[in-house]
Amino acid sequence: MYKRLPESEQAMTGHAVAVTINGEPVHCRQGDSVAAALLAAGHADCRDTPVKGVARGPFCMMGVCYDCLVTIDGQPNQQGCMIQVRPGMVIERQQGARKVMA
Amino acid sequence: MSETDAGTLPPPRARHHKGIYDAVVIGGGLVGSAIAFGLRQCAEHIAVLDEGDVAFRASRGNFGLVWVQSKGMGMPAYGHWTMSSKELWPKLAERLQEITGLEVGLEQKGGLHPVLTEQEYESRIEFMNKLLSQPGMVQYDWKMLDRKELQDMVPGIGPEVVGATWTNVDGVANPLKMLRALHTAFDQQKLDYLPLHPVSEIDKINEVFELTTPHGIIRAHKVVLASGLSNQKLGEKVGLSIPVRPQRGQIVVLERTDRILHTPFSTLRQMDEGTWLIGDSQEEAGYADGVVGLPVLATLADRAARTIPALRSVRVVRSWSALRVMSKDGFPIYEQSTTYPGAFVATCHSGVTLAAAHALRIAPMVIEGSLPDDMSVFSTRRFHVQEAA
Repeated sequence: MYKRLPESEQAMTGHAVAVTINGEPVHCRQGDSVAAALLAAGHADCRDTPVKGVARGPFCMMGVCYDCLVTIDGQPNQQGCMIQVRPGMVIERQQGARKVMA
Repeated sequence: MSETDAGTLPPPRARHHKGIYDAVVIGGGLVGSAIAFGLRQCAEHIAVLDEGDVAFRASRGNFGLVWVQSKGMGMPAYGHWTMSSKELWPKLAERLQEITGLEVGLEQKGGLHPVLTEQEYESRIEFMNKLLSQPGMVQYDWKMLDRKELQDMVPGIGPEVVGATWTNVDGVANPLKMLRALHTAFDQQKLDYLPLHPVSEIDKINEVFELTTPHGIIRAHKVVLASGLSNQKLGEKVGLSIPVRPQRGQIVVLERTDRILHTPFSTLRQMDEGTWLIGDSQEEAGYADGVVGLPVLATLADRAARTIPALRSVRVVRSWSALRVMSKDGFPIYEQSTTYPGAFVATCHSGVTLAAAHALRIAPMVIEGSLPDDMSVFSTRRFHVQEAA
């Protein structure tokens, strides 16, 4: 499991970005990617593969593997590692393949 | 190619059969692979000679329709041929699954051709009536669905969609799984698939064909040209004049989603695994298969989004172009050379739809050594007649 470096913890003091992950309030460091925020908060997986339904979580952290797809503010299949956290952001784990119509 | 050049190639796959093959197919795409698979069900020693990854590979770029509606205008025999392949498809898919354990995503639950304007609506009805009223044309039920009927079949159609023609004879397969299943069957049935074996010369010596490749001479009693756009050049070596040209098609691929489109459109389908394909563009663009262009891709995307507006939020993950193999009149060519008997050609632009006819009808004809009279309509003689007239 991942743990923040002390410097990272320190940088958050007084400047934390408040988001929710699966409805739970989470504090992140400014500049964290959604993928980093997920890992720091102990979420190893953020979606299922569409064909076999196997859990997937952030892997490459640089925009190429697409394993970190996640629902952000209601938009499915967003690349968590390429998007920075914003105050009030709503991050939700994706269940199964993304839907086309609600 | 010199021996020095051949030395830079990876070592060839070991051949199961060292002697003269019963038949050799030149071309390892869907057309060649389907015929080779069929030949192997009738004879023991079969080989497929393929190029490398630089080949044009229409088989890796297609849309995967198993399609009947719209086909055969001007040649009713092609309508029948298409229908016979559609009817044989389940048998081919079943046989492939028995041998390889792979299923190829065959779904024959009907298909739709969308119309987006009133004008398209009228001209589509006129076209279908004209197509099916040709003398001797194969008959099947079709219907122009209005918006309401279409809504019952396809969720979320857009306000601009006027309707769609529907038949129960159309369907889809997964072309990549199909090609994989055929090639897996080759290994299981000890058919020699020989990649990096482009053929430069074809000779016939003492009733045996000798095919010159960078890995030496391959011998066979019969040879089938199924090399797509290369057929033109290879045909000349066995006395066949095969007029084919590339017609470029571009495809847009959307990310995988939950499955909502169970009845395919001719221009928009959802794969068995959730990916969306948008296609059916047609361009005369020479051999430029490494190029995609915004004007065509934008038009494809626009029509798809007007058909099912919710697709506007679904991400594009890939696009590509590939070259259809078009004959002069767009219909397939099947013929045995009169000057080099035992040399056959098979070429078409619907390698998926016609795969079953190629495996289960053409292949036995090749082994038999003759194409029946009712196949003569597909010979290149039809082009000569037109020129004389």
